Amino acid sequence: MIKPVYPKGKLVAKTGNEVMAEAMRQIEPDVVAAYPITPATEIVQIFSQFVADGIVKSEYVAVESEHSAMSATIAASAAGARAMTGTASQGLSLMWEMLYIASGLRLPIVMAEVNRAISAPINIHGDQSDTMGARDSGWIQIYSENSQEAYDNMIQAVRIAEAAKLPTMVTTDGFIISHCMEVVETYPDEDVKKFIGEYKPERYLLDTKHPYTLGSIDLQDYYFEHRYQLAEAMRHSKDIISEVAKDFEKTFGRKYDMYEKYMMDDAEIAIVVIGSTAGTAKVVIKELREKGIKAGLIKIRVYRPFPAEMIAKDLAKVKAIAVMDRSDSCSGSYAPVYSDITAALFAAGIFTPKVVNYVYGLGGREINTEHIAAIYDKLAKIASGAEKPFTGIEYVNVRIK
Amino acid sequence: MANLKELSKVPEGLTGGHRLCSGCGAGIIARQTLLAAGNTPVVVTSATGCLEVSTTVFPYSSWKPSFFHSAFENSAATCSGIETAYRALKKQGKITEDIRFIAFGGDGGTYDIGLQSLSGAMERGHRMLYVCYNNEAYMNTGIQRSGATPRGAHTTTAPAGKTHQGKEQTRKDLTEIMAAHGIPYVAQAYVGNWNDYVTKVQKALAIDGPSFINVLTPCRLGWMYKPEDTMSLNRLAVETCIWPSYEVENGVYKINVKPKEKKPVAEFLKPQGRFSHLFKPGNEHILEQIQKEVDAKWENLQKKADLGCKAF
Repeated sequence: MIKPVYPKGKLVAKTGNEVMAEAMRQIEPDVVAAYPITPATEIVQIFSQFVADGIVKSEYVAVESEHSAMSATIAASAAGARAMTGTASQGLSLMWEMLYIASGLRLPIVMAEVNRAISAPINIHGDQSDTMGARDSGWIQIYSENSQEAYDNMIQAVRIAEAAKLPTMVTTDGFIISHCMEVVETYPDEDVKKFIGEYKPERYLLDTKHPYTLGSIDLQDYYFEHRYQLAEAMRHSKDIISEVAKDFEKTFGRKYDMYEKYMMDDAEIAIVVIGSTAGTAKVVIKELREKGIKAGLIKIRVYRPFPAEMIAKDLAKVKAIAVMDRSDSCSGSYAPVYSDITAALFAAGIFTPKVVNYVYGLGGREINTEHIAAIYDKLAKIASGAEKPFTGIEYVNVRIK
Repeated sequence: MANLKELSKVPEGLTGGHRLCSGCGAGIIARQTLLAAGNTPVVVTSATGCLEVSTTVFPYSSWKPSFFHSAFENSAATCSGIETAYRALKKQGKITEDIRFIAFGGDGGTYDIGLQSLSGAMERGHRMLYVCYNNEAYMNTGIQRSGATPRGAHTTTAPAGKTHQGKEQTRKDLTEIMAAHGIPYVAQAYVGNWNDYVTKVQKALAIDGPSFINVLTPCRLGWMYKPEDTMSLNRLAVETCIWPSYEVENGVYKINVKPKEKKPVAEFLKPQGRFSHLFKPGNEHILEQIQKEVDAKWENLQKKADLGCKAF
């Protein structure tokens, strides 16, 4: 249960979707263009009710597809509006082409994304395959462990996107967070509005006194520079994200960083994970610590930009690490988070930790404390030298003949 | 009716120096569209295609008004997003002037890959004009067949060969599809009659709602004719009634340019290399079929116009 930290805050019981819609109400963007998809539907459904009731000044465009949702959001943003959307899974997949255009045009769109498995086979439940497929699209990706984080991340995302001139998606795990009722501390409208500030684009299409062309064709002479600038903006955004987090903590009292270190100071074995499973792992860690086992956790909050240098430093002294991926890149080698973690360690010249890869929870498959305890058990054996680290991916809680 | 004297006072919206081919109809249509808008500020979007790539080679732009392009299949959704941003900001008093919104797309971006986006934007009722510069194939990628390619035409993906004689299907009638959306203004127009086209654009922009104009736009590479013949060739499309100039205003049909004498369709087809195989012995039946289809559609259109028929 969330402890209130903001004197003017209000404790409310809301699902992840409800609280994301609540953040959108407070942000009150000029334009929202969206298309419904399970399990994200409620976010835009609730928001369109706010519009229908005149609670927000926003214009809502009920487009005919996610491709058009992202296209219209991009266009509204380019036109000079603060623009948002929301989606999940197949919807994000249909947006794929436009995701790259949003970042390539440096438009500060914020998207509420609910992680859901991707087809085929069709499945509506939570895993992170959808946003992992968009990890190289030039979007900042912020993952949430619970509804409180989803709410706080949405508010911070507006500031981050507009300062970095990069589109930003905030995600929750489908159903586990999106449909789970939790106690969340919300902040007064005026305080949220003050925190995000007014949107003042430097250049926009509706400024008819200074018309300009956006979306030109770049050939061999300019394309590379523009793509370099995008990559550079992503690198630079790490500082922006940290600054916004600091200001958020100063304003509302909740601390955020690129990732959360849980019991890591003296950890000998550690799990790296993203999203709601971190909460499950924390329960296991508490039990292990009572037994004197030095278990820790790194929960990645910001996966793009990836905090490679920092995370490598924090993992340097850990003997055995399990990277848990809730998606499988089907690459024939390793899953995405594992690849990033091991690359970060290698680049930092850190070769001592034994790092293994688990893939879990695809299509909403259960991941519970027993599964995680078994992983820590395995890590302890690897750390002590009793077992050799396995190569390849181990799949958690799946029937393999 | 558009007034040439008035139009001559309007500053150019599309400057010269763009990379469109000599004789290209798309540049003519873009320029006349902006002239028709007059001094009303506009924001233009375009689907990926010849018009877009040829007019916006970074760091240059031929567009005087704000111009936006993002992808191929979404010109209408894009325009709808800008129009929505305009309404949102106007409501808040952040914008005070009147601005109009124009989306361009070729037949690829309109008839085929962008049809869903177009249909959605029209159905949602955004105040925007969508102009399809229809050159009847995917010209930008090198003359591939589209849903707008007429029967018998040679394209690189439905070529004339030893056993096939170009496109074997009739084209879809997008103008009618748009009329069936029940939007306030739908028109068919053509390069080669500035007055007819400019008048239609002015009508469309004056309407508080969505409008659509389908403009037959010659492509000299794809149609294979001499660049200096763009206007005269295209007028034959109207004179043979293969591409009638008409409008559907609030559901009422009106033929805007009635040929004094309906010419045989072969007169329009013959000067074009894309139809040359149809004039070889053994292919007479294709020509006959095209003529029959043109006659039937023309008759049907005349009936609708004569009766003051409602499209919806």
